[in-house]
Amino acid sequence: MKQVHRLFGLLGLVVTLALGGCGGGGNSASSAPTQNSFAGGGNNVVAMTVEPGPASSGNQPFNQPYVSVKFCVPGGSCATISGILVDTGSYGLRVMASVLEQAGVDLPAMPDPVVPGNTIQECLPFADGYAWGKVSSATVSIGGETSSSAVPVQVINDASSPSPAVPPNCSSTNADTALNNVNALGANGILGIGVLVSDCGSYCAQTPAAPSDIYYSCPPSGGSTCTLVSQPVADQVSNPVAYFPTDNNGVILQLPPISSSGAPTASGYLVFGIGTESNNGLANAKVLTTSQGGNFTTTFNGSTLGSSFIDSGSNALFFNDSSLALCGSSAPENEFFCPPSTTKLSATNQGENGTTNPADFSIANLNDISGTSYAIDDTGGPAPSIPGFGPYFDWGLPFFYGRTIYFAIENASAGGTTGPYYAY
Amino acid sequence: MKRTTKRSLPALALLAALLSSGLLGTPAQAALGGSVDSVAADSSALRGQLRSTGFVDYDMHQISSGELVVNEYANRAGQVFAITWHGPLPPNLQQLLGTYFPRFQSAAAAAHRANPGIHRMFRLEQSDLIIRQTGHLRAFGGIAYLPALVPSDVSIDQLQ
Repeated sequence: MKQVHRLFGLLGLVVTLALGGCGGGGNSASSAPTQNSFAGGGNNVVAMTVEPGPASSGNQPFNQPYVSVKFCVPGGSCATISGILVDTGSYGLRVMASVLEQAGVDLPAMPDPVVPGNTIQECLPFADGYAWGKVSSATVSIGGETSSSAVPVQVINDASSPSPAVPPNCSSTNADTALNNVNALGANGILGIGVLVSDCGSYCAQTPAAPSDIYYSCPPSGGSTCTLVSQPVADQVSNPVAYFPTDNNGVILQLPPISSSGAPTASGYLVFGIGTESNNGLANAKVLTTSQGGNFTTTFNGSTLGSSFIDSGSNALFFNDSSLALCGSSAPENEFFCPPSTTKLSATNQGENGTTNPADFSIANLNDISGTSYAIDDTGGPAPSIPGFGPYFDWGLPFFYGRTIYFAIENASAGGTTGPYYAY
Repeated sequence: MKRTTKRSLPALALLAALLSSGLLGTPAQAALGGSVDSVAADSSALRGQLRSTGFVDYDMHQISSGELVVNEYANRAGQVFAITWHGPLPPNLQQLLGTYFPRFQSAAAAAHRANPGIHRMFRLEQSDLIIRQTGHLRAFGGIAYLPALVPSDVSIDQLQ
């Protein structure tokens, strides 16, 4: 089997990366004339950097954008945590307990309103794992924006023996890969700021609690003594942007164009609000409204992919194209494309409002990209075909380079159109 | 996909009779690869509505639990050869995968160790077992099937 230099080089050679991750060059986004420039900063602008992140050498994923977030006990002490992954594919703010603890902040667990002494805990699912930890209330600040009320957040319990203990149904609902530490997650936390607000919606609010719910009421011992609970939508872990007093109808992500051979880091912006300030108008971006679940339709290679989405938490473009060679036959090589030469491709995205917008991209051989590049433009991988789920194109982080992309939150009016929508 | 006219489902009818008579004390686990009577156990565990539809080469047993839908497919020998799911969250895969669940766990753990970070998709593709899951919050979907038990005229892509 051909050695996948990129993948294993990345894991093995990052120690030699001595370029600094701070993006201190500050040459910011190359703004096309029709796009906003955020280089001047502003109350609603924060730096967002694609860099190796806080995981230890060998555990640092590429194409992960990070920001800093300030967590405060309501009315109490605060800590600013860097290395929080910006994720438009999820909803809600999450942080590692150990990182908060080191910063001297202990967010109180949300009490179960029904059973005295119990607290509300969450089992957060991923396609290949889970993260367990308490639901807490925090006052959240990002850049110059501060939530006007306490935001339900998740504090991921990364102790080797979590307390309360993980319920058996949590570890069995998902694979046995707890994303309960910085090295597994590649981040100190997740800032879920996609186009929806709560992380589960009405499904987890039904009574009695749904059997595949993610919210538990636990006594201190946890484990099998935890019970699934119906969690009101307002108490679910939620997109903190919706809690800002202004600039609360969505976000803008902007990353600069990068070389096709990748870059060590990339520095861009996370901006709050759409059409709420002088710096965050839609300009000439096309609005693609989405389904209530946040999906739109991509047409690619003659296929109509109706469950497509734009996801800064995905580190590549994920789609089906059997003509593109995989990097290998087993994980992780089979998760990425390695065509013999860079392949130019094009697709068209269409919103539920009928608006179309082209999306051209290239896929390079990942093995040809330097292991010291943490920002990679031309990378993709296959999207597993799931009957019933519907075909999809996952527009991961490479789609963001050289673009300004708007994410309007459900039911919020943003620049004249009600969310949820994407615009670019 | 050709759909037969409504067929009666003797196995399920028998199962219903057994359940109502209390003859099945402990529900069977392990729908995948198990006999069709494990479908009722899964439906019970998911507190879902069970609806069965006959097709030419297989029966589809759909378990609906609110927005979560699980489809279990039984071949003419009464073996569950495939399960699909989609909904806001994944279902309890230990219940659905049964004896195959440990292979899902170990494959996911290995893939994750090799490639840390958050992943929107998972694939286990071996000669005797295929498991795929994809999704992000409020939009998950997956399929698990046993190639050796899939009826010869059935393409997996036909399933719902």
